[in-house]
Amino acid sequence: MSTTVVNTGTEGKTWGGGNKPLNASYGKMMMWFFIVSDALTFSGFLAAYGFSRFKFIDSWPIADEVFTHFPFLHGVDAPMYYVAFMTFVLIMSSVTMVLAVDAGHHLNKAKVTIYMFLTIIGGLIFVGSQAWEWNTFIKGDYGAIQTKGGNILQFGKYVEKEGEQVFKRVALRDFAIAEETYRAEHGRKDGLWFVQEGTLPTYTVDEVIHGFEAHDNVLVRTQIINEAGEKTVLSRGESLKLLKENGRTVVEGANLHVNEYGSPLFADFFFFITGFHGFHVFSGVIINIIIFFNVILGTYERRKNYEMVEKVGLYWHFVDLVWVFVFTFFYLV
Amino acid sequence: MAHEHKLEIFRGLVKFKSNTQKIWGVLIFLTLVTIVEVALGILKPDVLMRQVLGMKALNWIFIILTIVKAYYITWDFMHMRDETKSLRRMVVWTAIFLILYLIFILLQEGGYVFDVYKEGYVKRDF
Repeated sequence: MSTTVVNTGTEGKTWGGGNKPLNASYGKMMMWFFIVSDALTFSGFLAAYGFSRFKFIDSWPIADEVFTHFPFLHGVDAPMYYVAFMTFVLIMSSVTMVLAVDAGHHLNKAKVTIYMFLTIIGGLIFVGSQAWEWNTFIKGDYGAIQTKGGNILQFGKYVEKEGEQVFKRVALRDFAIAEETYRAEHGRKDGLWFVQEGTLPTYTVDEVIHGFEAHDNVLVRTQIINEAGEKTVLSRGESLKLLKENGRTVVEGANLHVNEYGSPLFADFFFFITGFHGFHVFSGVIINIIIFFNVILGTYERRKNYEMVEKVGLYWHFVDLVWVFVFTFFYLV
Repeated sequence: MAHEHKLEIFRGLVKFKSNTQKIWGVLIFLTLVTIVEVALGILKPDVLMRQVLGMKALNWIFIILTIVKAYYITWDFMHMRDETKSLRRMVVWTAIFLILYLIFILLQEGGYVFDVYKEGYVKRDF
């Protein structure tokens, strides 16, 4: 072995080996590159959302009117407060994460444990909130009629509020007249075993039209956004004509096919983007739990190095970063 | 394991004594920005509803504030401020270039499809 040449004459020079131009460990660098590729995936989704929105720019749902609920405050109009709360929870858990990383640099096991625990709790609160948000969105609020062309007709009436005439939404259950119908849900037991249909809406189109005729203050609101940035409200005559000529199905809530708030694409992208993000948060929580147990077991204490905490920290912050963009493009803009 | 942290934000305007203090400082800043965003989103001041460069002025403000937030999350929470210049550029410039390119193409195309619908080539008002 002693005859092996070990000197290349380039020690200390740029290509002499042992040179670390990025000054980052392999794991950290790869986490950064994974984040870049994941960021591109999310931008792909958000840009596709932008594409669909620009396609229907004059009829896209207004987010303030869609996400108006707050847990335990039923019937209170609270646009965006809950999403703002969720954003704050996620930023807060990002802070506890970075505090855990900082404590790791000081090899302080007790502090890392506490901060990791708080981060996991924050993540769970966020995922839970998102589940609640989905549930509210799927169940819907007022109900609407979908026309033959796939447009959504919503209902409302003008009410006096502080001396002004304000348009207030009216739910189908408040004016539709229930009649006796013989239409039953088609299940697997009724015909071919592989043919079935989804849950039928509470009312039929005829019941809604009859209810509409009986309440002469109810008006139809279309999807089209006018110059004032509000949805167009039709007159009584126009409303009835449109309902009778084009009304085809009753829509309650939202799923991948129909959406009582407007374009079905809005619901599709909502489920897909927040779902993909929620999946990231969920897997982040799982990874955080694994690291949390490793911290408790003293794995990194023995290693004298808490870099693993730093790496999952990068992932966790990235999830927060994505939410900042989702928040802006889904709820604010 | 000596970890050097740069403790200045806002180009040296605010300087913190320790990394922990910087984290809380950045949290306060991010919270303020979020509060401003939500307040603007609820109030929707008429002044900001004017069209600027093809979009409402308010929407531009939202997008700028979002990028500001993203900057501080990346730079201070993800410690990008402490990484070498080459790693920083590799990650940030690659992503920014590709994302801007994609956004430009898709939004351009979306606007075009909207025009096709609007000019009456496709009937949608039924």
